[in-house]
Amino acid sequence: MRNVQDIRKDFPILSRKVNGKPLVYFDNAATSQTPQQVIDAIVDYYSNYNANIHRGVHTLSQEATDLYEQARLKIQQHFNAKFSHEIIFTSGTTHGINLVANGFSALLKKGDDIVVSALEHHSNIVPWQMLCERTGANLKVIPMNAHGELLLDAYADLLSKHTKLVFVNHISNALGTINPIKHIIEKAHEVGAAVLIDGAQSSPHIKPDVQDLDVDFYVVSAHKMCGPTGVGMLYGKEAWLKKLPPYQGGGEMIAEVTFEKTTYADLPHKFEAGTPNIAGGIAFGTAIDYMNTIGFQNIAKYEHDLLEYATEKLLQIKGLKIYGTAKHKTSVISFNLDGIHPYDVGTILDKLGIAVRTGHHCAQPIMDFYNIPGTVRASFAFYNTKSEIDALVEGVKKAKMMLS
Amino acid sequence: MSIEDIQNEIIDEFSMFEDWEERYQYMIDLGKDLPLIDDQYKTDSNIIKGCQSKVWVHAEMEDDKIVFTADSDAIITKGIIAILIRTFSNQHPKDIINAETDFIDKIGLKEHLSPTRANGLVSMVKQLKMYAIAYQTQLN
Repeated sequence: MRNVQDIRKDFPILSRKVNGKPLVYFDNAATSQTPQQVIDAIVDYYSNYNANIHRGVHTLSQEATDLYEQARLKIQQHFNAKFSHEIIFTSGTTHGINLVANGFSALLKKGDDIVVSALEHHSNIVPWQMLCERTGANLKVIPMNAHGELLLDAYADLLSKHTKLVFVNHISNALGTINPIKHIIEKAHEVGAAVLIDGAQSSPHIKPDVQDLDVDFYVVSAHKMCGPTGVGMLYGKEAWLKKLPPYQGGGEMIAEVTFEKTTYADLPHKFEAGTPNIAGGIAFGTAIDYMNTIGFQNIAKYEHDLLEYATEKLLQIKGLKIYGTAKHKTSVISFNLDGIHPYDVGTILDKLGIAVRTGHHCAQPIMDFYNIPGTVRASFAFYNTKSEIDALVEGVKKAKMMLS
Repeated sequence: MSIEDIQNEIIDEFSMFEDWEERYQYMIDLGKDLPLIDDQYKTDSNIIKGCQSKVWVHAEMEDDKIVFTADSDAIITKGIIAILIRTFSNQHPKDIINAETDFIDKIGLKEHLSPTRANGLVSMVKQLKMYAIAYQTQLN
């Protein structure tokens, strides 16, 4: 991997100060920082190509369309989708999930089962609850153990011929657990169920191969992988995307409209109503290029070192407990200090220029499982350093001293 | 003492602190010192849910003044509650209705009363004023 100090120069924000201290950014699981290359792609688009796509005959529109479609190809190659029209641009992971949930509302009936995991983000629970209310389907939950690992035997028991859909995140946002999705997908397919994987937390750390996984749907957000906010991807197998009805009506998604009948456009446009986030889509492609230049194997190895270093150092603090101790986990540490509220710890760390997430991380069921109001979550990216982790450890010690 | 006098007194106290650490340590100590609310009032109906920390508020009328008690599960939030209670409790409803909270800016704790902070404090201030409006209506 390139030297980390050199990599950091790509990220202008990393040199700013917060509360008079150098920023230590450990909230990467919420959003990653943006390298100059991606910022430049956005500026370049608005400076040189800004036009509506897919419909103009003029040069600007054609050039913008080419850039946007090139980004789709980059995303296709990165996730190894069979066809570029299996890549649907979305506004982000949540949009992708809702698009699939809405599509399934036409396919589900009373007595069908939807299986989700106990490790889910709210956005991966609420749409399914709404879908179950609408269709009369049942929501079943794969339980987890105290390490934050899913119980695969219990999962196998939940599956039956009634199971139509399985939804699991590739990596838990609150605990960092890497779920065995290949196994989960295989088992679901044995009973004929489709599988949607939430890749919001995995895509910044690993390069998933959707064909090898044989996954039916996979969703990600660009802003977690060095891209801009407000754009993401839904991958769907061609057969599934053809089967699902469109999500939103509007321009772009229609082939022919009369007052009697509308015929829908082919994939991917059937799911891309209205003018999309063009600059965002193009910059998403740039972000994928950027991360591939760093190299996902390099990223995984480097972040794993950071995780081990931070885990060891933090556990030396008396009264500190780490939640989520799965054997396979990514560079996320969720922790609490004994008898101290995570909000208080987060507030003191902020005063020291250290950005962490506090609260229930939109994963309240997990917090209920551990019977805690929330945690402090530090999540590391490839541009973080061990000396920043030292600053975090010192910050936590200071918070403990002030608060206990 | 009037609400304004109390607020000025608090501003004076905080002006003695040299840095954020001293300010926060003082607030944390205020938070620790105060058993702010009787357990019987720590009910779900008295709870103000923030995404980050919870706040409980209870109000009672004594003579023609409102007495507030409150609590939180986070100590820094509790420290700020202690300051708010000190200014708003034992005051006439109409004075509470008209009171400003910009003294919080002046003591360097502005970010805690930001609507985006989701710690329950902004809702708490609203709640205190709602109680004051309710009691004022009764008095009229």
